[in-house]
Amino acid sequence: MAYDRPDAPETDVNAGPAPDLAASNRDAPSRAPTPDASAPAAITLDHVSKQFARFPALRDVALAVQPGELLAVVGPSGSGKTTLLRLIAGLEFPDQGRILFGDEDVTLAKASDRRVGFVFQQYALFKHMSVARNVAFGLDVRRRDRPNRKHRDARVAELLKLVELEGLAKRYPMQLSGGQRQRVALARALAVSPRVLLLDEPFGALDATVRKSLRRELRRIHDATQVTTVFITHDQEEALELADRVVVLNQGRIEQVGVPEEILSRPATAFVAGFVGQANVFDGEVRAEVFEAAGMRLPAEGVADGPAQAYIRADQFALGDAANEDGGGLEVLVRRAPPCTGLVRLEVDLEGRLFEAALPRREGFATPAAGDRLRLKVVGGRVFSSPA
Amino acid sequence: MVSLAPDAPLTGAAPLTRRSLFRRRSAVPGFGLTLGITLLVLSLIVLIPLSSVAIKAAGMGWPDFAAAAFSTRALDAYRLSFGAALIGAGINGVFGALTAWALVRYRFPGRTLLNGLVDLPFALPTAVAGIALATLYAPNGLFGSALAKAGIKSAYSPLGVVIALTFVGLPFVVRTVEPVLRDLSTDVEEASATLGAGRLQTIARVVAPALIPAWLTGFALAFARGVGEYGSVIFIAGNMPFKTEIAPLLITMQLEQFDYASASAIAVVMLGVSFLLLFLINAIQAWSRRHEG
Repeated sequence: MAYDRPDAPETDVNAGPAPDLAASNRDAPSRAPTPDASAPAAITLDHVSKQFARFPALRDVALAVQPGELLAVVGPSGSGKTTLLRLIAGLEFPDQGRILFGDEDVTLAKASDRRVGFVFQQYALFKHMSVARNVAFGLDVRRRDRPNRKHRDARVAELLKLVELEGLAKRYPMQLSGGQRQRVALARALAVSPRVLLLDEPFGALDATVRKSLRRELRRIHDATQVTTVFITHDQEEALELADRVVVLNQGRIEQVGVPEEILSRPATAFVAGFVGQANVFDGEVRAEVFEAAGMRLPAEGVADGPAQAYIRADQFALGDAANEDGGGLEVLVRRAPPCTGLVRLEVDLEGRLFEAALPRREGFATPAAGDRLRLKVVGGRVFSSPA
Repeated sequence: MVSLAPDAPLTGAAPLTRRSLFRRRSAVPGFGLTLGITLLVLSLIVLIPLSSVAIKAAGMGWPDFAAAAFSTRALDAYRLSFGAALIGAGINGVFGALTAWALVRYRFPGRTLLNGLVDLPFALPTAVAGIALATLYAPNGLFGSALAKAGIKSAYSPLGVVIALTFVGLPFVVRTVEPVLRDLSTDVEEASATLGAGRLQTIARVVAPALIPAWLTGFALAFARGVGEYGSVIFIAGNMPFKTEIAPLLITMQLEQFDYASASAIAVVMLGVSFLLLFLINAIQAWSRRHEG
């Protein structure tokens, strides 16, 4: 990979005042867990920027990862999430800003000196080494404190037990399934007792079933090891299910940082609402802090008058009551009603506009079929001014 | 085992006869045809000519054979041919791998030119190469005079043979290692770095093992080429019996004296040793690929 690293203007970050992280996370109204001034964050990105050729990958990103937390970074492809992870690992270096592990400035430290565990989407196992040798690699290459054979083998056995691969120590990577390979990669990364564990779309190459079980595995392993973990995914569902906190990246900038519940219920920007919530978008107009569109009225506190868009998730609809009409009812035609479990997911038609609604299954409620007419009401959603 | 043939009996497994082994349906049909053509061509072009050499030699009887094939002159020629070919392949193994690395991993001005230069020893008539090398390395040549001042005799010595064989074998290692190196994802090197390995450790423990099968192929090809090389060597070697005479030259000389039997005897020994060495290299290669499953 060849690229130019543009000359970054010199910024004397060391001499300046403490980085104002709260300000840069302005989009997060209440960020939990709150950074404790006495305990430094496990990883601090202090206004980091990185540019590839002409294309800015990260712009002025400030982020504090708390010790022991499981942080997910989500965003569409090209949003800079992989760059963010590679900067933390020392596989790329920032043009501007600083990276700290605890109090230690590692901005210019080599990857091999950072003691990070990195798990690649394509596993990146050493094909010519057995599973055990792969896992032991980080211990075998140590120049100092190299454990003796007995300790090393014990550590490998312990890690293989942790990732539930006992008995496969002598296999070679080519003889393993994708899910097993990723477990080996995880064990290998954990072997060096990393200060942080970084996972770059770790489940991206796996099929849906394996993904699901490995997700739970990762959570279990994280809880068992308590290692500070940052993982990347383009699957917002995965991020919401797994992470303690979620960072939403878009075009190299942080859109929002927060706990999953907060990201979902109080998206800070239209992008977050659309990307993480997979929300339906309705065009309308705000007048006196009320959003109005075809058959729809929504509170729009703090939104300026003018054209606006309502972001309403599929699950933010409910069956309306014909008898008790309050003006919020949407007269819709069911276009498709595929069989499903859990919520009843419908594709419905509102005056020619198709959107998705997911209704709770209720006793005595016949599942709608294509062609049925329904009355829906909106029970949530967020309004943002239309982009100029 | 379920037969896909429409008339196959539906009950019980059909006994797997020899016939059904070859009749089995495959997504890659043409096994019989391709193998047949391969064996035919291999026989016509390689096996029959080579076996005629062996038959010719077998007709001599053991005492005559031993006299021709294991004379002191012949033994010295083998030693030079195989020794110089091994050294030449070894030199190419080191510099060919470096060249492949430079071509794959870096972008630099003149890269395309260098890429083209690598193949030149393939294209050049070897006699031309021999004459050019001999001129350069002769005691009054550009390199030869400098080496002579240092007390090293290059042309018309075994060193000259090594130089010529290094020249003709250059492309093999480069061209076999290059594609494998290009396909080797940088992921594994980055993984190695994050696990704390230094650059040299990464190259020794991660990159080199991945390249070894391809490198061995290149080494074997360069070696085989060196053993059989004739055209370029005779100009630079000096061709002194017992000293700088290669085995192929000895065979040619026997042929010129219409001593076909002796020529065949020497050829049979060369064939046998070459086959053994190449077989050994292939075995090492198969062993180094054992984990690829």
